[in-house]
Amino acid sequence: MNEASPARAYALHLGVIALLFALSFVLPEYYHGLLARIMVLAVFAMGYNMLFGYVGLLSLGHAMFFGAGLYGAGLAIIQLGWGVPLAFLGGVACGALLALVIGLLALRTTGVAFMIVTMMFAQVFYLLILYFAAWTGGDQGQVVPQPARVLNFGATSLDLTNPTVRYMTALVLFSLVLLVMLAIVRSRYGRVLVAIRENEERTKMLGYDTFSNKLMAVVVSGTICAASGAAYALLFGYVGSSFASVQYSILPLLWVLLGGAATTLGPLIGTVFMYYVIDVTSGYTSAYLLIVGIALILLVLFFPKGILGSIRQRWLGWLP
Amino acid sequence: MHFGPHLLLAALEGLVTSAVLALTALGLSLVFGVMRVVNVAHGEFFMLGAVLAWAISTAISGHPALGFLAALVIAPLIVGAIALVAERLVLRRLNYNPEATIVATIGMLYIIQQLALTFYGPEARPVEPPFSYRILLPWFGYSGYKLSIIAASALLLIVTWLVLTRTRIGLIMRATQYDSETAQAFGIPVDRVYGGVFALGAMLAAIAAVLIVPISQAHYLMGQDPLLLSFIVVIIGGLGSLRGTVVAAVLIGLSDGIISMFFSPTLAKIIATLLVAMVLVFRPQGLFGTASR
Repeated sequence: MNEASPARAYALHLGVIALLFALSFVLPEYYHGLLARIMVLAVFAMGYNMLFGYVGLLSLGHAMFFGAGLYGAGLAIIQLGWGVPLAFLGGVACGALLALVIGLLALRTTGVAFMIVTMMFAQVFYLLILYFAAWTGGDQGQVVPQPARVLNFGATSLDLTNPTVRYMTALVLFSLVLLVMLAIVRSRYGRVLVAIRENEERTKMLGYDTFSNKLMAVVVSGTICAASGAAYALLFGYVGSSFASVQYSILPLLWVLLGGAATTLGPLIGTVFMYYVIDVTSGYTSAYLLIVGIALILLVLFFPKGILGSIRQRWLGWLP
Repeated sequence: MHFGPHLLLAALEGLVTSAVLALTALGLSLVFGVMRVVNVAHGEFFMLGAVLAWAISTAISGHPALGFLAALVIAPLIVGAIALVAERLVLRRLNYNPEATIVATIGMLYIIQQLALTFYGPEARPVEPPFSYRILLPWFGYSGYKLSIIAASALLLIVTWLVLTRTRIGLIMRATQYDSETAQAFGIPVDRVYGGVFALGAMLAAIAAVLIVPISQAHYLMGQDPLLLSFIVVIIGGLGSLRGTVVAAVLIGLSDGIISMFFSPTLAKIIATLLVAMVLVFRPQGLFGTASR
């Protein structure tokens, strides 16, 4: 899949970014806001895909990295009064540090034990948020006030609560992470990760230090998820414990499975598709978890490669 | 109340938790041990048992014991049948691949939970206990029904142990657990054993739920805590070990009861979860289990 000229892959990704940019001017207000949210969550899914798709490590606890970014950025503003850029970096740093610690511990296990360990650490993180309700706001959550969400560059200021600014900020973050992911996947490092997924013992025998490669992947994945969480707090102004619950560990898994694991654009397609399905069905039923459940089962039964994974297998072998 | 009686009360409450937990965790442990499937929907089978117990006991008029006994027999059978259907339709087609089955059982969790919310509603509803005899201790009165839960659970655990170690069915199950391919080669219908074990696991959870529902109420979200606690118990006890599961259930139930009485329940959960994650990281075979093959 890497033989084809890189130009075609880059052209496709830049095309997608251009399309998202163009959509900003034509979409009606409701979908405009929804797509901004989807782009931020697609970053979360891309971070998840980094570990699940390319290294083959199924984590059931990525909500803690999203939550670390969300609370790192949100609480830095609410409790410490930091500015927007610093708060964003603070949130990302929280996620990176947490990912390093969790990676060091959880990577000692493999397979099913890895899933359960990550789920338990995420549960501890979630319970800690509830326990320290005095600072975090507990299960009520907290609103990041509007005046604190304005970026000042000398004379000009950027108001993150303005829909257009919000959309463009989400697009910038999304494009950045998408291109970084593409670069990682095409790099030597990305191929080592895939080799670990396919056969860890053999990769080890070829002289690669699989543990530190996997640890690096956990940290990168956690950092991307934290960036998504921090952006969510700053753009949408709400910090709540539900974003750290088990459900938010399952959702990125669902998005990635749906779009296609180990494809760079799969996370975006999965997220868009899932939101579209929920949007359509919410006209008939409020039971959206039912849809999530049925989608998960149908996917693992009939579509284990996801939308883009199947397309790649059938027609477009060059898709990264 | 003085510290001593207070501690006794906490310990009794903890033992009731342990009794229910041991049954639920045993179901999870059997399914994992024999099928190598981590059943994330296990807590929902527990919840279904409780909700069905409410439905059955309200449908039957007369003495509360009548409705309760009917629930104790019928609810686990229905839950077992549902589990069997889920196993045949989904898990078998996935060839019991560990990662795919985890995703599929997460899907089942959401489906069952949402259906319970739709058809049963968001209310918590009580079931009347079959009898309301209070045992008077020198310091406080204690519900006789709660003590009978402990007895019933102990009885069921002994029966399960006897079935596993002394009967042909138990032998077949253990052979499948030990080496499913060789078992298949010796003419054991491994496929049917898997179906039966999955249903049995769900039924154990349902029985535990029927036992607990007269003192805790049926609610559509009640499956979450038992799931997490069962995971904890199964991991500490060593996956697939009955003795370890029971010891760990008593340990976790007692410490949960005592810690929650004297400290915050959230703190108790944080400490327990963190400890278990550490056990899994540094001693993956569990505290009582032997090293995995």
